[in-house]
Amino acid sequence: MKATAINNNYPHVSHRDASLGYRRREHVLMLLLMSPAVLVVFVLLLIPLGWLIGQSFYADGFSLEHYQRIFTEGIYWNTFWVTFRISFIVTLLALLMGYPIAYAASILPRRWSMLVLALVILPFWTSVLVRAYAWLILLQRSGVVNESLLGVGLIDAPLALVHNELGTIIATVHILLPFMVLPLYATMQKIPSDLIQAGASLGGTPLHVFMRVFFPLSLSGVLAGMTLVFVLCLGFYITPELVGGGRTVMASMLVSRNIQLYSDWGAASAVSVVLLICVLAIFYVVSRLVPLEKILGAK
Amino acid sequence: MNKLSLSRISFIGYVALVLTFLILPLLIVVPMSFSDSRFLSFPPSSFSFRWYETFFSNPGWMSAAKTSLIVAFSTALIATPIGVAAAYAINNSSHWLMRYLKIVLLLPLIVPIIIVATGVFFIYALSGMLYTIPGLIMADVMLALPYVITAVTAGLHGFDQTQEMVARSLGMNRFRAFMSVTLPQIMPSVMTGAIFAFIQALDETMVALFISGGQNQPLTVRMFTALRDEIDPTIAAISTLLTAASFALVLLLVLARKQSPA
Repeated sequence: MKATAINNNYPHVSHRDASLGYRRREHVLMLLLMSPAVLVVFVLLLIPLGWLIGQSFYADGFSLEHYQRIFTEGIYWNTFWVTFRISFIVTLLALLMGYPIAYAASILPRRWSMLVLALVILPFWTSVLVRAYAWLILLQRSGVVNESLLGVGLIDAPLALVHNELGTIIATVHILLPFMVLPLYATMQKIPSDLIQAGASLGGTPLHVFMRVFFPLSLSGVLAGMTLVFVLCLGFYITPELVGGGRTVMASMLVSRNIQLYSDWGAASAVSVVLLICVLAIFYVVSRLVPLEKILGAK
Repeated sequence: MNKLSLSRISFIGYVALVLTFLILPLLIVVPMSFSDSRFLSFPPSSFSFRWYETFFSNPGWMSAAKTSLIVAFSTALIATPIGVAAAYAINNSSHWLMRYLKIVLLLPLIVPIIIVATGVFFIYALSGMLYTIPGLIMADVMLALPYVITAVTAGLHGFDQTQEMVARSLGMNRFRAFMSVTLPQIMPSVMTGAIFAFIQALDETMVALFISGGQNQPLTVRMFTALRDEIDPTIAAISTLLTAASFALVLLLVLARKQSPA
């Protein structure tokens, strides 16, 4: 009600004090409107995060024991190494597969580019579980891929494509590829075609124009896509758990096992904190170069 | 010239190959769901609806589906107004605090989901919200908020704020001015946000794995457990239904956007 009275007066306000009072009330109102959303995130995310950080330093009093374990015990080291290795490979593959797709979508005539984008977005809107299931069917010993390869005569015995790291990588690339294509496409779409034509009219070969004009202009999209894919992959759980067959242990699975099997909150929280620091550090560094909204835009 | 067309053909071939990779899993699940065989074979030997029958006649799957729908509808209903209010505030205020609060609201997208799940599990264990439907709904509201806020903020950017000012200077109070002038014009983005919230709640698996149990397990958690234990073709039927539901919603979204480009 107060806001109403002020607002009705607002267009006529010229007095400095009244205007200041209005602005202050305006700020209060805006913060109030913001508060339910902030409260939800605060209670369900920030408080637990604070507690997790506290737990990671706690073992009968302040202690660095949990962190020591991460940096000395083989299982922990190995898990982080596997997680980073898979994330690197997945990011690289997603870039190699995603860049040509985004490029095609940005240069093709509208009807064709819509088709390409639709084929990228359709799997994007399909549940991760559905896709994990599909990959299990496709890649298993007597699955479609093995049967076809055997049928054609390319292989003599079925390949182990699933329940291992390879299967995890294939399914993860599939799930994260749209996160690479969408920021790339958003960037490429904004590159003026005049520039490419100008390059060509000045005598550049298509490859030369692409390397010297188009590619450098698309780099912010490359960075945004790579960051998003890498960071999402670092925290991946469902796909490696289902397709990896329990042998490819990633950092998130270590957290989950420590809690659900051993109720070891100290170890789980220390792993979480290390994972979180990696993710935040990557976002922080990249956000100096590309705005955060642009990176998260596709998500 | 010859060399150029050769490179063009190989480029098109490569793109087609990657697109096939993207779409292949979806093309495999649908025929699987209509297969008559218990074993995974492709192409299926004969056509049947038996896995759909299994799904619809199993009380466990049905109660999981009901939980999922209740949670998804409630999430959209709660996250949308909260998100619209926050987006309105972000759009209208230049207060220094806003910059930080905006980042706080993006956090559910930035923090790895396993850590979100661990945190929510902890706070629910303390407050007795573990294994409850309201607990699931609130967790999904938090995860949906960034999507709603992003969609509505984009809508507000394309809206001329002076219209609301005019309505207010003509004597309308702010809430009425918003409801009757601003809201109808940003409706397509609000709908987009609501549908995003719904789909995200329907799809959410990770947090639900930690905080749901017993009678209140959503479809995704049951599917996850089923997939881990054995490959049951009922999953193909559910997958097909879920995928069809997602596509129907996305279609709705495209139509909502077409009505007025906000």
